[in-house]
Amino acid sequence: MTMARAREFRTGTVALYAALVVFGALSLLPLLWMLSASFMAQGEATTFPPALLPRNPTLVHYRDLFGRLALGRYAMNSALVATVTTIGALAINASAGYAFAKLRFRGRDATFRAMAAGLAIPVQVAMLPLFLLIKSLGLVNNYGGVIIPGLSSIFGIFLVRQYALAIPDDLLDAARIDGASEFRVFRSIVLPTIQPVLATLALWTFLATWNDFMWPLIVLSDDRKYTLPVALAGLVGEHAQDVELMMAGAVITVLPVLILFLMLQRYYVEGVTEGSVK
Amino acid sequence: MTAPSARTPRTAWIAPGWWFVAPALTLIVVFFVGPVLAAIVLSFTDFDLYALADPRAARWVGLRNYSRVLQEPLFWQALRNTLYFALVGGPLTVAASLGAALLVNARALRWKGTARAVFFAPFVTTLVAVAIVWRYLYHPRYGLLNWMLGHVGVQPIDWLGDPRWAMPAIILMATWKNFGYNMLIFIAGLQNIPRELHEAAALDGATPFQRFRHVTIPMLAPTMFFVVIVTMIGYLQLFTEPYVMTQGGPLRATTSLVLYMYEEGFRWWRLGVAAAIAFLLFLVIVLFTLLQRRISPRGAA
Repeated sequence: MTMARAREFRTGTVALYAALVVFGALSLLPLLWMLSASFMAQGEATTFPPALLPRNPTLVHYRDLFGRLALGRYAMNSALVATVTTIGALAINASAGYAFAKLRFRGRDATFRAMAAGLAIPVQVAMLPLFLLIKSLGLVNNYGGVIIPGLSSIFGIFLVRQYALAIPDDLLDAARIDGASEFRVFRSIVLPTIQPVLATLALWTFLATWNDFMWPLIVLSDDRKYTLPVALAGLVGEHAQDVELMMAGAVITVLPVLILFLMLQRYYVEGVTEGSVK
Repeated sequence: MTAPSARTPRTAWIAPGWWFVAPALTLIVVFFVGPVLAAIVLSFTDFDLYALADPRAARWVGLRNYSRVLQEPLFWQALRNTLYFALVGGPLTVAASLGAALLVNARALRWKGTARAVFFAPFVTTLVAVAIVWRYLYHPRYGLLNWMLGHVGVQPIDWLGDPRWAMPAIILMATWKNFGYNMLIFIAGLQNIPRELHEAAALDGATPFQRFRHVTIPMLAPTMFFVVIVTMIGYLQLFTEPYVMTQGGPLRATTSLVLYMYEEGFRWWRLGVAAAIAFLLFLVIVLFTLLQRRISPRGAA
């Protein structure tokens, strides 16, 4: 390598890392500030120039949130709704995705195409009659009303189908010849084979349900039943001035999903690349 | 009557495939397809608070909801706001995604996994929570953003209080939140570009910028168009950011179509009017989808 080329290479690398640091800082700064401000004393985050780190870190806002403001209840509500939705969605979408990929039945492809077309319809169109339906079923202000419409997802079915297409037919036929029922084949051969995509589906469903705002906001009217995001949006109305308290609330809401994502990143990323580049 | 033999239970007359898809299809039909069709009917009625108590009170009003909404200045403002958000925010988000993807994909870079996780982290966070965080970052006096801009001589901006700045502020926040998603798609796209193309160009004496301009961009263009349109379609459904950060203000500058629909439907309980708004939004989305179909190559979508 000539000297000029080497120098060009080195400045290129420096520029690369500089850009990386800037981009990374912009990406993390709001989250780091949220964390830092949540440990500040009341009023410390509303000073000029802005305080970046707490002078005397305090847990008082977390104590307030879990004590006086009962945020623990909302966290439990969110955990319950997200867990039940995830388990149900796994069972329902995994069996449908597998059938669309590997079982032959009349009307399969037409049904699948119709479903794909449905993806283009925004959920908001269905929301108003869906609310009336939920109301007539007596599920307003009930977790059932939040959970049931989210159980079956076209995206989830697509995801599983895409993965299940790769299962060799010979494997399934061998089991059938041995006398296994279709259900048995699904349980003991298909499910173990598609485990990675089930992890992806579970993670996506859990995070999407945990983060969801508009639908639980519409369905849940009793504030004891709120999920975390709905409770947090209500809290900011009353406590807009308590920056540090609100930041602690934001940390409690965001931390579980961030931790889940960091632990299971690989599966999450799978969902993006599989789901979008169909 | 010819009873099925003992070895074939009645259920065998239905192909097993249908049993596997039945729960999912039932749910989709009851909780999605049905409501979508019902929304068409709803948009032709004067369904309101009284009808909520007794559905028989709702009457057929034909196209009146549509004509009323189309004469409402607020509808046009919400449409303009929504298009502003999608048409500016979409490309901006995709540009940031591409930049991040090029960075992460650079061959000289180590800790690729860490960089990717850092850029992706905002996307997995809870929108309501980070929208609240940004409300404070945007504070005209104590906010971090104005303080940082002050260092380069920018006068304090009333981000969420000034009608001219409120939408740009929401766009900036949404860009921050969402660029990580498309970044992953671009990284996959970049890795599909044959390395020989870059090497051949380098042998011909192309500078890194020329290689980016004449190799990377053309190879990535199909993905890029697709991603821009998909992002814009998602952005047309803007709701949570203005709900949490501005309540649609100031002076309605951030009222989006979905927020307008929500207010009509779930605050004032004018469900007929709200359904008409929902269908007008759907119409806009259909236009974007047709555009996407037209420009996406090889039926990639």
